[in-house]
Amino acid sequence: MSTATTGIRRKLAKSPSYQAIAQALWQSNPISKQILGICSALAVTVQLNTAIVMSVALTFVTAFSSLIISSLRNLIPRNIRIIVEVAIIATLVILADEFLKAFLYDISKQLSVFVGLIITNCIVMGRAETFAMANTPYRSFMDGIANGMGYGSVLCGVAFFRELLGSGKLLGFQVVPGAFYQAGYEDMGLMVLAPGAFIMIGLFVWLQHAVLKSKGIS
Amino acid sequence: MENLISLFVNSVFVGNILLAYFLGMCSYLAVSKNLKTSSGLGVAVIFVMSITTPVNWMVYHYLLAPGALAWAGLPDVDLGYLKLVLFIAVIAGLVQAVEMIIDRYSQALYNSLGVFLPLITVNCAILGASLFMVERQYSFTESVVYGVGSGAGWALAIIAMSTIMQKLRYADVPEGLEGFGIRMIVTGLMAMAFMLFSGITL
Repeated sequence: MSTATTGIRRKLAKSPSYQAIAQALWQSNPISKQILGICSALAVTVQLNTAIVMSVALTFVTAFSSLIISSLRNLIPRNIRIIVEVAIIATLVILADEFLKAFLYDISKQLSVFVGLIITNCIVMGRAETFAMANTPYRSFMDGIANGMGYGSVLCGVAFFRELLGSGKLLGFQVVPGAFYQAGYEDMGLMVLAPGAFIMIGLFVWLQHAVLKSKGIS
Repeated sequence: MENLISLFVNSVFVGNILLAYFLGMCSYLAVSKNLKTSSGLGVAVIFVMSITTPVNWMVYHYLLAPGALAWAGLPDVDLGYLKLVLFIAVIAGLVQAVEMIIDRYSQALYNSLGVFLPLITVNCAILGASLFMVERQYSFTESVVYGVGSGAGWALAIIAMSTIMQKLRYADVPEGLEGFGIRMIVTGLMAMAFMLFSGITL
């Protein structure tokens, strides 16, 4: 690798936005480390495409709610801030919900109530309370994106394995070849059901803890 | 009547709002360490859910659904998109009102439930039950039964989990799996047990 690219890399690695994203993806991942936002994380992971859409929707809501709340942070009276925050978040969630209904109708049917439940998702509320109320709009926006990505990474990881093992497909395309089925391979029915999600996320957390521990970060 | 009983059984066991629809996980994971607090929270959820689901049914069917405003002379108005905001406002308001009423009339009940009531406003199971009620087009009586049943199912799950956690304290859990990891796996096994009720038809 040339010195120029390593130079750029090092510069990038030092920028606060990059660090925020790296933190949220790995060391303080909202789902597996802080245990926030589990509610919706499990329900939409039967298929990979619903998980991706859900991650994008949540990232959108977290990023823009952080941006708006952070820009208004000096105007919001302290004692009614929760209501103001909920109102802002709810408006963004309705936007996301109506958008999905208009352009991705099938997926929005599958996601059913879970897009609406982003309102009560603790990640969004938590970032608004702890970060956006105390930081500048740009930093808060990046923090929202970072946490949305951290959430999405676990969601898509779980969905990847559930769809692959549960129905032998990825994004709706058959991945496990037909010859396997003729040779006696069977899809793992458990993965499609609710218990599969719990067990999968447990194993995921185990893996992450083990890796972090071996690196000596945890 | 049979229909209502089977809806109740279904919402407690097979369609358990926590174990089959993953709602209310946050407070479930935060509180399920101790039997006393988890049964307190469980009772509070049953209580709030059996009030909010029917009230939200009325809000939806008399204010928001397409054509619901016909009584006000506006038959073409569809305010369905407002249901998220209005439901959450109704829940927050009702929880606050219930808290004040309990505080005024029953000090003993307030002492045991009081701390949990504000927590419940942000419990996704409560909002989730209202949204499912709209999506599945329940009638008013069905929404009452569904609210009570879902609350009972949630309470059952959290109480069962807290007793398992107490036993698990003496177990030798593999390294890295302690805490959150093992709890998710135990919850998975519990969800499997609840699913076995799906053979029952009334």
